[in-house]
Amino acid sequence: MQKTYYDPKDLKDFGKISEWDQELGEKFFEYYGKVFEEGALTAREKSLIALAVSHTVQCAYCIDAYTSDGLKRGLEREEMMEAVHVAAAIKSGATLVHGVQMMKKYDKLSM
Amino acid sequence: MKSLAKRKNSLANPKNQIALFNGGVFANGELPTFKNKVTESNQYPLKPNKLEIFQVNLGYMCNQVCTHCHVDAGPDRKEIMTTETMQLCLDKLKESGATTLDLTGGAPEMNPNFRWFVEEASKIGVQDFIVRSNLTILRANKKYYDLPEFFKKHNVHVVSSLPFYKKGKTDKQRGDGVFDASIEALKELNKVGYGIEGTGLKLDLVFNPAGAFLPGNQNELEREFKSALKEDFDITFNNLFCITNLPISRFLEFLVASENYEDYMDELVDAYNPEAVKNVMCKNTISVDWNGYLYDCDFNQQLDLKVATQGKHLSDFNIDDLNNRQIVVSQHCYGCTAGAGSSCQGTISN
Repeated sequence: MQKTYYDPKDLKDFGKISEWDQELGEKFFEYYGKVFEEGALTAREKSLIALAVSHTVQCAYCIDAYTSDGLKRGLEREEMMEAVHVAAAIKSGATLVHGVQMMKKYDKLSM
Repeated sequence: MKSLAKRKNSLANPKNQIALFNGGVFANGELPTFKNKVTESNQYPLKPNKLEIFQVNLGYMCNQVCTHCHVDAGPDRKEIMTTETMQLCLDKLKESGATTLDLTGGAPEMNPNFRWFVEEASKIGVQDFIVRSNLTILRANKKYYDLPEFFKKHNVHVVSSLPFYKKGKTDKQRGDGVFDASIEALKELNKVGYGIEGTGLKLDLVFNPAGAFLPGNQNELEREFKSALKEDFDITFNNLFCITNLPISRFLEFLVASENYEDYMDELVDAYNPEAVKNVMCKNTISVDWNGYLYDCDFNQQLDLKVATQGKHLSDFNIDDLNNRQIVVSQHCYGCTAGAGSSCQGTISN
């Protein structure tokens, strides 16, 4: 029996999701490839955004992939860690800002 | 840091490197051998095309001890080509019809007969005369300060290593102070016209990854290198070549010690590109070692895999035999066929 939920080798098999639904799988990968092409943002900038988002969605596969991708693109560890902090700040800010809702609700219900 | 040879590390013996390639994941079938992979894509055996590049390794002595060096070069290496062997190189170069002479090392400039060789070689009139310089040697000692002028006089095409356009990554891979000395050397080369549009003096840079990963897109990295070096140091150059680190010698030592060997080989195998096989450098290159022996490439030279012909030395040079030879391969060859491919002239496939 598999001992962990995550297997790093699954990342290499990502393309196989098309085997069960070719049309949607292919559309997804076409879209994915297009998104990461150089546009108004450079491919390097997109890689950094992807790395940050990987952390907020806590996707181990994505963190693996975009750390390697960043290294290949010459991203420095300071740039990568700053991006992760941006992600962490937004994630924690998103939690904390709900505190306003909590405060308002608390005040409304309290005598 | 000292060379593997000086440290008497077991990987200093090429046989132990080959044994590693033939064991583990390649022996238990987890990964296919290079020979099997090339056979699958109907490209085995690898045969050469027309010989174009005569690559001569003038010796393994170097002023640097880079962590990724496939030559295991360093100040403690004493293997140096003699003038007799250099003369043989020139004779056989003429006989071979090759159009490019490519001098490498170690630091080729540290060979005491380097200037004599360049002067004699430039008389032959090859189309492209390359010297691979680590840059820092140009500023290592006053006796090398005039080399940019010397290169210019002999219309040498300078190909220089610069792992990154920032200090941190460069010094980590090549040693403290390497980045500053390299920048100084690049400025000296620019000063005499190298890398400057319209001069015809070519200055190319070589990038190789500082770790267990493949290089990124060559065009994108070239754009970043050009923009950063211009903006930060007012330095210009012609082309950037991206070279994949081949899993041999000191880079292999790093892969094994950091437990990255299997994953790196897996990545190379996964990125195997049959299109790149068509243009691998061993198809148009002959590599000569400091002692005059012949190899399919500089990597095979370091693994002591001599050409598969009856004559294996310049003194037995036979161009017909060489043109008909079978190229010797092992698992390290995956480094040249991964992704966009890799050669001494950078990527080889789109």
